[in-house]
Amino acid sequence: MSLLIDPAIAARVDRVELPFNRFGVDPYGVSKKHVAQFMTLLHYLYHHYFTVGLVGIEHVPARGRGMLVGNHSGGVAVDGAMVLASCFFDRDPPRLGQAMAEKFIARFPFASLWSNRTGQFTGLPEQAAHLLDDERLLVVFPEGARGTAKLYSDRNSLVHFGSGFVRLAMKTQTPIIPFGFVGGGEAVPTIANAYGLGKLLGVPYVPITPWLAPVPLPVRVELTYGEPMMFSGTGNEEDEVINGYVDQVKQRIGELMKEGQRRKSGEALARPRGTEEWA
Amino acid sequence: MRILVTGVTGRLGQLVARRLLESGHELIGIDRRPWDDAPAGIEMHSVDLRKRAAEDVFRKSHPQVVVHMATVTHLIERSEERYRINLGGTRVVFENARACGAEHVIFVGRHTYYGAAADSPLYHKEEEPPMAMTAFPELADLVAADLYACTALWRYPELCTTVLRMVYTLGPTGQGTLATFIRGPHVPTVLGFDPLFHFMHEEDVAAAICLSIERRIRGVYNVSGPQPVPLSVLIRATGRTQVPLPELLFRAALGRFGLPRLPPGALTHIKFPIVVDSAAFRAATGFQHQIDEAGAMGEYRDAFPAL
Repeated sequence: MSLLIDPAIAARVDRVELPFNRFGVDPYGVSKKHVAQFMTLLHYLYHHYFTVGLVGIEHVPARGRGMLVGNHSGGVAVDGAMVLASCFFDRDPPRLGQAMAEKFIARFPFASLWSNRTGQFTGLPEQAAHLLDDERLLVVFPEGARGTAKLYSDRNSLVHFGSGFVRLAMKTQTPIIPFGFVGGGEAVPTIANAYGLGKLLGVPYVPITPWLAPVPLPVRVELTYGEPMMFSGTGNEEDEVINGYVDQVKQRIGELMKEGQRRKSGEALARPRGTEEWA
Repeated sequence: MRILVTGVTGRLGQLVARRLLESGHELIGIDRRPWDDAPAGIEMHSVDLRKRAAEDVFRKSHPQVVVHMATVTHLIERSEERYRINLGGTRVVFENARACGAEHVIFVGRHTYYGAAADSPLYHKEEEPPMAMTAFPELADLVAADLYACTALWRYPELCTTVLRMVYTLGPTGQGTLATFIRGPHVPTVLGFDPLFHFMHEEDVAAAICLSIERRIRGVYNVSGPQPVPLSVLIRATGRTQVPLPELLFRAALGRFGLPRLPPGALTHIKFPIVVDSAAFRAATGFQHQIDEAGAMGEYRDAFPAL
């Protein structure tokens, strides 16, 4: 076993209910070895570096298709990483969340390899539908790159939501599990986004922090899951109908973010992280 | 049934022919290349598919089923010649099949039709358009042949047309694009990329083609067997050594130091995956592969050990 893999985490990867073949690779190319390395890194961030308050993880389905839908809280993908970590470390059996990634990632060496081997694919509708048909757990940020580009002052706001996720959830009869994430903006307080530099590097933008590089601070973050939401229909409904559902989800996410903010400011105490198993 | 197979001398053609003979069919083979130890039951014609003599074979033998396998997939042939063989050949097959009153034509195409790109999804479905040409113009003739075959579905409604898009073939005969690419002891890869490769054992490929004859399925079908595996796993399981090269070096090194020669467009196929969804084919034929990915790689390794 590789040096970069915690044996306890490798054992946990063995319990993830995905159809791995004898090479430890599933039909989408998700590799046990890569997931274990990735989760070893997330374990450090989730249990030691950040202080993570978590509420409502029981709403993440133990088996079967599901779509975790939430907000971007600014900066780099701290929010996505903590969501994946919560599904892996605090759900039993552990689940692998599969986030729908930005298109530019697949073009880069290593980023392409790692995102594919850990199941984080480019966010294409065909890809998402196929994963849901195979009873996978998707992680969707309907704000897209607009959401990660939030500046510090906008960290707890919600920008425009795409509507594709609701149509897809209806078409595939998938429960939407809303979540609110708070604290990413404090971890990576973005004062500006360098779009020109991003273009030069082939990425949408580069976040600029007071210390220039987008290295996150070890802050307290709050992740709150809400009850699953089901919308019945075919997914081919008129825009007005769909937008009504999108607004319901957006509103619920806003409430869950408020809950997280309240906890963060000390009004309520979340379950402490770093429990005996993973300390 | 009387079945005519074009490109029968190819390794895959031979496997299909032997299977069809075993099931008691009458077999007519067309190929420019001779088949010296062809089984006794097969009526061989060493003619060029695009010439008059081939037309006579169709007319005289009156096949009920035509299996078109005479396409060039290796990239050594110059592209104008490939275009003539792949597109021109496909055209005459359909024209001759129709003229001689055949009931069923099967075009054996490739899954590379879909093309590889950073933003293409895994598990392509049949309705997706071909994206191969922009990144890999050398494949344009195969895409054109595939699309031409598809037009027979509406142009000749009385003819049962089957277009199969097969994944890569791997097995002990070592034929096919993928098998050739990993033939040497060192297989170059692009540093930082490790795409999935979708392949199936050659016997399963032959079985799938025969099954589409038996079931007389009409339409376009992706054909695959076991799940795809990452290129790194493929290289390791076939006993080869992976040589990851930065992209700039990769182009310069191809064809040298015992590394395989590839056209520039092939690079996208070594960086990004092409994986197909074959649920429709399985539902229509009941096809189930006999040899899994480990078995196919193992047989290839045993037949072609890395030196």
